[in-house]
Amino acid sequence: MKNDAEAAAAANGVKLTVAAGTTDGDTQTQITAIDNAISEGDKGILITTNGNAVNAALDQAKKAGLFVVALDTAPTPPTVADITYATDNTAAGKLDGQYAAAMLGGKPAVIAMLDLFNNQVVSVDIDRDHGFLEGMGINPGNPNENGQEAKTGTYTGGGKYTIACHQPTTGAIDGGRTAMEDCLSANPDINIVYAINEPAAEGAYDAIRAAGKTGSIKVFAIDGSCAGLKLVSSGEFEADAVQYPGKMAVLGMQAIAKLARGGTKPTTSSGLSFFNTGTALVADKSLSGVTSETPTAGATACWGS
Amino acid sequence: MTTVTDDGAASAALEEFLNRPPSLGQRVQSVLHRQPALSPAIVLVLSFIGFSLTSSRFYQLENISLILQQVAVVGTLAAGQTLIILTAGIDLSIGALMVLASLVMATLAYQDGVPGVLALLIGAAVAIAGQFVNGLLVTRIKLPPFIVTLGMLSVFTAIGLIYAQGQTIQLNPGAFLLWTGNTFSIGSLNLSYGVVLMIVVYAVLTYALRSTAWGRHLYAVGDDAEAARLAGIRVSRVLLSAYVVAGIAVAVAAWVLVGRVGGGDPNSGLNANLESITAVVIGGTSLFGGRGVLIGSLIGALIVQVFDNGLALAGLDPNYQVLAVGILVIAAVSVDQWIRSVKA
Repeated sequence: MKNDAEAAAAANGVKLTVAAGTTDGDTQTQITAIDNAISEGDKGILITTNGNAVNAALDQAKKAGLFVVALDTAPTPPTVADITYATDNTAAGKLDGQYAAAMLGGKPAVIAMLDLFNNQVVSVDIDRDHGFLEGMGINPGNPNENGQEAKTGTYTGGGKYTIACHQPTTGAIDGGRTAMEDCLSANPDINIVYAINEPAAEGAYDAIRAAGKTGSIKVFAIDGSCAGLKLVSSGEFEADAVQYPGKMAVLGMQAIAKLARGGTKPTTSSGLSFFNTGTALVADKSLSGVTSETPTAGATACWGS
Repeated sequence: MTTVTDDGAASAALEEFLNRPPSLGQRVQSVLHRQPALSPAIVLVLSFIGFSLTSSRFYQLENISLILQQVAVVGTLAAGQTLIILTAGIDLSIGALMVLASLVMATLAYQDGVPGVLALLIGAAVAIAGQFVNGLLVTRIKLPPFIVTLGMLSVFTAIGLIYAQGQTIQLNPGAFLLWTGNTFSIGSLNLSYGVVLMIVVYAVLTYALRSTAWGRHLYAVGDDAEAARLAGIRVSRVLLSAYVVAGIAVAVAAWVLVGRVGGGDPNSGLNANLESITAVVIGGTSLFGGRGVLIGSLIGALIVQVFDNGLALAGLDPNYQVLAVGILVIAAVSVDQWIRSVKA
């Protein structure tokens, strides 16, 4: 995302300052970066918010006349940013969930939900988790909290489902592995794994391989990096919902450049609170009723190396 | 006449008072003073029994194997952290250094095609060199360990991110560096070689601390650096050696981490530093230095992991683990303060 933003900045004649948090969910570093942008008199901010804690700082920035562009994830509430360029995280989760439901075709589903955090409410965490459940035809219960769905019931097509666990992964490989190990220990019958992102899914796969259960458990990831799509080809991931972070950064950069030169504000996609940069499902096998593309096709628009 | 009798009675009473049998509290205090790992061991046993009651899967050997595999990274790191804390120091950079060393190992082996053994040795050299710098800053520039390692935390983190460019590296299955993640079975117990390495680190360092002059000097310096100096111990040299030996533990922990995540991941192991301090403190090692046993830190790390795993198996909110660990840390430090009030 950073590389694409830098390329777009150069193309649009924009000076870009890059700040990065030390870890997912590092809100303090972001608030400091926002304060710096305000005092330097920048024209706009591109931010992937790490949670609601940055809302007050973004309000300050807007009052100071900066154009706030949220990338990847809409802030809660979305009005905190002037516009959000994001993929619909709920839609990404949904694609994974629909594929999982179609793949099982009514057989019992025992599901491990590998989320991001347990101590912060971050919209990407909720949206992807709930999207996956909705994709499988399971009501997530409370719209603002994970883990509030009925633990057992029926999913799309009438098959029985069991939620085996909800565990935090911090979106990292080690967290994904520990979470999956604990889930498998609690319920060895798990056959479907939802993972918040690719690193968490990789860690989950390591745990599954160590348990000798690679044949019976399918892992569903979200991200769509080039490395991740290779893992779909090799069968580690059953499917990967692809997002386009580079596209978000480029569009956001163009919006600020245009506005700073007296242009008009960008508008959101119709019916959504953000500009949807799209999402697609990549899977090795295509199933009827679910739109997906092959890893080879997906690799033409993936990010990273 | 009566006064004399009274005097005799009074001195007898005083004699009796001074030789009175110790109260239960004093006896407990005295036992804990001699066995710093006893209270964490009791907590570990109690939590183990407690979670066994909530889930019949918890006490299965398969699950115990998992807990041991999960604890290997932080457990190994905590061995190094114990050495630093025994010298009345603290190391805030040990976790970031471990992540950096693991990234060096994985990147060299994957992108640069360096043979696995050589990549391991270079990564280990980075870990030991990093701790050597920490030790030099503490002993030569005389900076407080807290400040030195706070600064080096940022330095190591930044170097790691710059070096790996935020990329995750997946090594090919079968790569030499992934050996620590390979498993072997003893009956139903399924252990990784990383667990074995952790146990070796504890065994060697426990021997060194207990039975070598170096180990006794380390305790002496941690207890009272000035007294140690007057007794002829070369304090700076002992301190520096503690950091360097901790660096070896960091190197082993980095290798175990590579095996666990299947390569290098700049986002894995980020909490390991605080977790290692937590393990050492819960394990009964005094933050004031000079008192504690190495095995306590392993018990401390196990307690944290048992809560993590046990709550997951019981289907309870993982936040309770965070809560429980916080309470245990406060309790452990309180017990330490109480024990230190014993006049040895």
